[in-house]
Amino acid sequence: MRVFLLYPDRDFNLKGELPPQTEALVKDLELDIVLDTMAQGDSFLRTVSRQALMSSLEDPQVIRYRQMILQDCLNNPDTVRELYQIPVQALITKQKQWLGIFSLYPSSILSSAVELLEMFVGLLRKMRRIVDEHGEHFHSAGFQRFFNMIRQELDEAYFVEIESHLKELRFRDGVLISAELGMGNEGQNYVLRKPKRAKGNWKERVFSKRSPVYSFSIPPRDDHGAKAIGELRDRGINSVANAVAQSADHIDSFLNVLRVELGFYVACLNLAERLAEIGQPICFPDPYPATTRVHTFRGLYDVCLALTVNHPVVGNELNGDGKDLVMITGANQGGKSTFLRSIGVAQLMMQCGMFVGAESFAANCCNGLFTHYKREEDATMKSGKFDEELGRMSEIVNWLKPNALVLFNESFAATNEHEGSEIARQIVKALIDRRIKVFFVTHMYELAHRFYEPGLTNALFLRAERQEDGQRTFKLREGKPLPTSFGQDVFQKVFQQR
Amino acid sequence: MNFFSILWEQNEINEITLQPECFPDLNLDQVIQAITARKQEYNLKPLYYTPPNDLLTIRYRQEIARDLNNEVLIDALKAFAEQMVRVRRYLALSEKLDHHYHQAGWFLEAALVYGKALVDLGEGISAISLCSKGLLAFREILQRYLHSQAFETFFAEAKKVKEALQRVRYCIILQNGTVRVRRYEGEVDYSVEVEKTFAKFKQGAVKDYHSDLSRRSGMNHVEAQILDFVARLYPEEFAALDRFYRHQQNFVDETIARFDREIQFYLAYLDFVAEIQRKGLNFCVPEVVTDKNISACQTFDLALAHTLRFEKQEIVPNDFYLRDSERVIIITGPNQGGKTTFARMFGQLHYLAKLGLPVPGREARLFLCDQIFTHFERQEDLRNLSGKLQDDLERIRHILDHATSNSILVLNEVFSSTTFEDAVFLSKEIMRKISHLDACCVWVTFLDELSTFNEKTVSMVSTVKPDNAVERTYKIIRQPADGLAYAFSLAEKHRLTYRQIVDRIQP
Repeated sequence: MRVFLLYPDRDFNLKGELPPQTEALVKDLELDIVLDTMAQGDSFLRTVSRQALMSSLEDPQVIRYRQMILQDCLNNPDTVRELYQIPVQALITKQKQWLGIFSLYPSSILSSAVELLEMFVGLLRKMRRIVDEHGEHFHSAGFQRFFNMIRQELDEAYFVEIESHLKELRFRDGVLISAELGMGNEGQNYVLRKPKRAKGNWKERVFSKRSPVYSFSIPPRDDHGAKAIGELRDRGINSVANAVAQSADHIDSFLNVLRVELGFYVACLNLAERLAEIGQPICFPDPYPATTRVHTFRGLYDVCLALTVNHPVVGNELNGDGKDLVMITGANQGGKSTFLRSIGVAQLMMQCGMFVGAESFAANCCNGLFTHYKREEDATMKSGKFDEELGRMSEIVNWLKPNALVLFNESFAATNEHEGSEIARQIVKALIDRRIKVFFVTHMYELAHRFYEPGLTNALFLRAERQEDGQRTFKLREGKPLPTSFGQDVFQKVFQQR
Repeated sequence: MNFFSILWEQNEINEITLQPECFPDLNLDQVIQAITARKQEYNLKPLYYTPPNDLLTIRYRQEIARDLNNEVLIDALKAFAEQMVRVRRYLALSEKLDHHYHQAGWFLEAALVYGKALVDLGEGISAISLCSKGLLAFREILQRYLHSQAFETFFAEAKKVKEALQRVRYCIILQNGTVRVRRYEGEVDYSVEVEKTFAKFKQGAVKDYHSDLSRRSGMNHVEAQILDFVARLYPEEFAALDRFYRHQQNFVDETIARFDREIQFYLAYLDFVAEIQRKGLNFCVPEVVTDKNISACQTFDLALAHTLRFEKQEIVPNDFYLRDSERVIIITGPNQGGKTTFARMFGQLHYLAKLGLPVPGREARLFLCDQIFTHFERQEDLRNLSGKLQDDLERIRHILDHATSNSILVLNEVFSSTTFEDAVFLSKEIMRKISHLDACCVWVTFLDELSTFNEKTVSMVSTVKPDNAVERTYKIIRQPADGLAYAFSLAEKHRLTYRQIVDRIQP
């Protein structure tokens, strides 16, 4: 029995290694805001959300598999939350009643495992009931497979079978063990046997050659004897204790997997509900293979910003199909960084199967998302700022593969513009030629201009919009780079407020 | 079976159990300790303490050592040795046990391993081409033994009894304090059923909950009682075991047992050598001679090589030779330059050669000495502080009293704690006596004077790197003793040569 709600053919690995740039991404894209909203104070949900968000899928089919399941969840939030409570309940009960297999001796391993199984069986019965009552409202391939599995595997006959084992394992009629003579005539290969019930017709019973039975009892005070019998019993039930304990573990891990995978969808529900409260639209994005170049959307807004300011924020549109480079120039505080962040966040959300904050959104998957943002001055004073920037870039290059996506925000500006532009130009040019997609926010006119001039068909230039009176709309429009970033405006605005 | 030893063709010497006096100085105590450490039960040390005195025996052993330069043969012998260890362990166990069928059971195990060990060895060495008298003779003896009526009956019987016992299967029913025993009647494995029921939940690897219930061999009274019942359920099988136990006491052949121990003399040494060879160092079977034209090429200190066998640090091999009237190698040169190591090596080579074993080096021609005498500086003894010089002289006196022209002498920094004049005087006196004795000798000293004493002395010097006087090469080479060469290079390093001082001090 496998859960398979995050992948059609495998479990989600909550402890999987995350890409090396994870921390930079969380920081640069301010993902903590998104993750906090998904978790709603539940640290487990936060861990699951982070892991899912950061371990991007690259196969559009798997992305769609999750999208369909998430759509079911959006349609049936209560049932999904009720299902999620099953593994949560198992965990709480285990903790409350100190259930678990902690011993080293087969006898106590067996009895704790039996206790644990009894608790699990109750919860599995409950799960079966929920599926029976609400299953019909789910249409995604993922949920249908999961529910059908529950229906088939966990029928009444099966529950009866389990319960009869749990009864048998209390050994009311004694423990029957077979053995052989090992080296030095010492007993070995102790195997627990199931006693034959006195069945068969009278002829079989009369004519079957039964073995003589020899027996002895140890005197009541013989502690050594009692211990010896205990040891023998342990040897006999060693394997069955292992089998039962492992079964308990298997069910436990089945429930754990369920908790992780449903947890992701519950966290998505949390975010969706929050965005609905704010009044922001969501949509399921249209993922394309990583080898293609697609980036077309309408009303893409920065989810982090919306969650922070708690009211609807400005969206942008883009027709970026076929582009390898998107260079964004223009007014300070014109929404360039916000725009870049919305690109990054949407990419991650899309590639983990979530909805995105937009009216419509289509993009190619990327083979690794990276951010290279201008950083605060290095506090350790170990290296100069420009040196530090290049160091980080070099690390990114270590990890880069074709079809990755790199977001630059005011990078390489920690030196004079001419030098910075030339270095940045060489880097960007190299990346593009290596089939890496680049979004570059910069106020370095020279850099933007040098890419603009040749009229590249695979490059797109956006400008932060500025109205005649200096007012910003926070909208980005296509347009050729202009030689100033309107710093005066900002200056004036700041000083006028005084 | 006839008398046979893989160590002595004839002229057997009684085993000496005391370590030779030269061992600590030559670090041979460490070497033998390392060789025998994992082979305690054979009591091998006396074998290494008892070198033969005749070339015949040395060659008998050298031939065997050459034959053993064959992995297939070594593997067969090692497998045999491991099985013989088990035989002894099982027999010892059997003797200690109380319960009869338990005792007989372990006796049977010992017999089975013994039989198999010999059959395996016979097969393992049958096709190997051997040249040594010793191993050829042993193979012959072994084949005869394997085909003897006595052995064949013994081994066939052991296997038959064991097979019957292996077929025994019984059931134990435990209920509170009562144990019932009966034959097994085809009941199914219950854990398989349980696993089947829960198989659908399998989620990949989970913890193994099998308890580790292994314990030393033995039986408690409950198990003993159960075994009695099993014997009653299967009377014929146990009667056969009884007969075997009564009739086959003392099945280990004496010649085989002796071979099992003595072959370890070679195997243990070769194991020890193999670890060192992995560093790229050479061993050879030396030519052992009775004249004093001796030499060795690319040789080294075995104890040092063993200590550094897993380290990166390189072992620097050295050469030496003595020819015609040359007898005494005088070693001088900077400290920590490998002088003492060289001296030890010289003694070790001659001892190992006498044992009939391969020695460190690419090739070697070594003298069959009667004894090896060493004098290394001792730790100051507090009880006898004033008498150190006297003590030194007494020890040397003892050596000179007992040494013959066929002895080997290794002297290391003999009079370092006396005044220079005294040291020169005393050393020359000693040198005169050694020279008169005509024994081969290595003498490490700080006295350059000794190196040109007479036609019997040869000067060898520990060297430093030409461009850096502080760095040793650990090469000891034949060249005139020249304390100045070393002093000069040090002065240069400190910019105190004539030219440097002239240059530094402007007129």
